[in-house]
Amino acid sequence: MINVENLHKTFGELEVLKDISTTIDAGEVVTIVGPSGSGKSTFLRCMNQLEEPTKGKILVDGADITDPSTNINEVRENIGMVFQHFHLFPHLSVLNNLTYAPINVKGVAKKDAEELAHKLLKQVGLADKANEYPNRLSGGQKQRVAIARALAMEPKAMLFDEPTSALDPEMVKEVLQVMKSLTETGMTMAVVTHEMNFAREVADRVLFLDEGKLVEDAPPSEFFTAPKTERAKDFLDKML
Amino acid sequence: MGLDLDFTQFFPSIPYIIDGIWVTLSIVAVAALLGLSLGIILSLLKIGNIKILRWLADAYTSIFRGTPLVLQLMIVYYGLPQMLGVDIPAYMAAVIAFGLNSSAYVSEIIRAGIQAVDKGQKEAAEALGISYKPMMKDIILPQAMKNILPALMNEWITLTKESAIVTVIGVMDIMRRAYVVGGEKFAFFEPLIIAGVIYYLMVMVLTLLGKALERRMKRSD
Ligand SMILES: Nc1ncnc2c1ncn2[C@@H]1O[C@H](COP(=O)(O)OP(=O)(O)OP(=O)(O)O)[C@@H](O)[C@H]1O
Ligand SMILES: [Mg+2]
Repeated sequence: MINVENLHKTFGELEVLKDISTTIDAGEVVTIVGPSGSGKSTFLRCMNQLEEPTKGKILVDGADITDPSTNINEVRENIGMVFQHFHLFPHLSVLNNLTYAPINVKGVAKKDAEELAHKLLKQVGLADKANEYPNRLSGGQKQRVAIARALAMEPKAMLFDEPTSALDPEMVKEVLQVMKSLTETGMTMAVVTHEMNFAREVADRVLFLDEGKLVEDAPPSEFFTAPKTERAKDFLDKML
Repeated sequence: MGLDLDFTQFFPSIPYIIDGIWVTLSIVAVAALLGLSLGIILSLLKIGNIKILRWLADAYTSIFRGTPLVLQLMIVYYGLPQMLGVDIPAYMAAVIAFGLNSSAYVSEIIRAGIQAVDKGQKEAAEALGISYKPMMKDIILPQAMKNILPALMNEWITLTKESAIVTVIGVMDIMRRAYVVGGEKFAFFEPLIIAGVIYYLMVMVLTLLGKALERRMKRSD
């Protein structure tokens, strides 16, 4: 589904990603962990071209998104993204947050888009919030709307960048719950997170980034019990 | 000398001065419209990706903000005809000078308003595959409007007051009429005060309109 080949990314002098290669198969749930500043967000954002790779290739469903002739917006239709700070459209109602892109990007009929939106809102437990505006919602509710907004495009894969890091502790659970149920639908997911329990329970694989290098790529059973590198051991000691 | 003001002798002239409101308003309205249209174009150049156009728009803004408005007005009215070989009517010169000048300020207002919108909004739109035009029109600009509208209102209030300098090229606006009346009666204080009151009332009306507009936008939050 997503192939990353020898990905490099530099910001000016700073080399943030160093020769990363990995594959995320369809239906796979991959969590990306690592210390702050190790390049997790940058790596994730390269997968939908919010950051432009400096070198290397990223294939999404066979399409090389680093090739300038690829229509990136078409690729993005198929990859949903959820941000740490939600980034809901504040001037649109919850319903319109969910229907704007399907109607205006995919050309879905308004009626169908709204039907799907209501279904998704129900799925994330917010059926009664369709006509609310985002600033009237709690953080956890905002993030669930943001997940529903991404799902409304019926993407093949979803990227999450620390979806629970900006939330009060009591709201983390409701968002993780939604994500967990999403994994059960067979959605392909890449999740940057500090929630080690989530990684342990639902991930098929854990990618550990350190100083821009992909130093471990293992199933959670291996990564959490027998990390191969000192850096990963240190990291886990601090996190657990 | 002394404070022997006599407003009564000017009562017959008040309608004549008040008629200047239409001259002032029509200059301000047309110049504001010209300034807004040109300002939108300039702001698009400023936030765009084409370096040379960005540079030109910045240079334009810098020049119009960095020189006196009265000088710009005089260049249009006295200077341009010398180059073009045709006279420019005073009213037109006023509209052109104020419109060009205003567009420099308006373009800055719009640029700043757009850049004040959280960068996450653009990223969220991009991640959904929304392309540049609809993103600007439906996502960024509606949010930027909250910053832009109050500032635009201020710009138009300033324009209304500054429009008094068209007097120097002989346009019969409120200011010039007050001056003419003063000249006839050899007393300038009273007609100028009358003109001042008129300007003040116009500005107050614009200010109240702006406040009402802001309140309406706040409510739609
Ligand atoms: N747009 C940018 N310009 C310059 N440097 C950047 C930019 N984005 C990120 N960086 C730098 O790249 C490095 C990696 O950043 P990144 O956000 O990918 O880390 P991260 O692993 O997501 O960290 P965190 O856990 O704190 O979110 C950091 O040193 C950061 O300062
Ligand atoms: Mg990050």
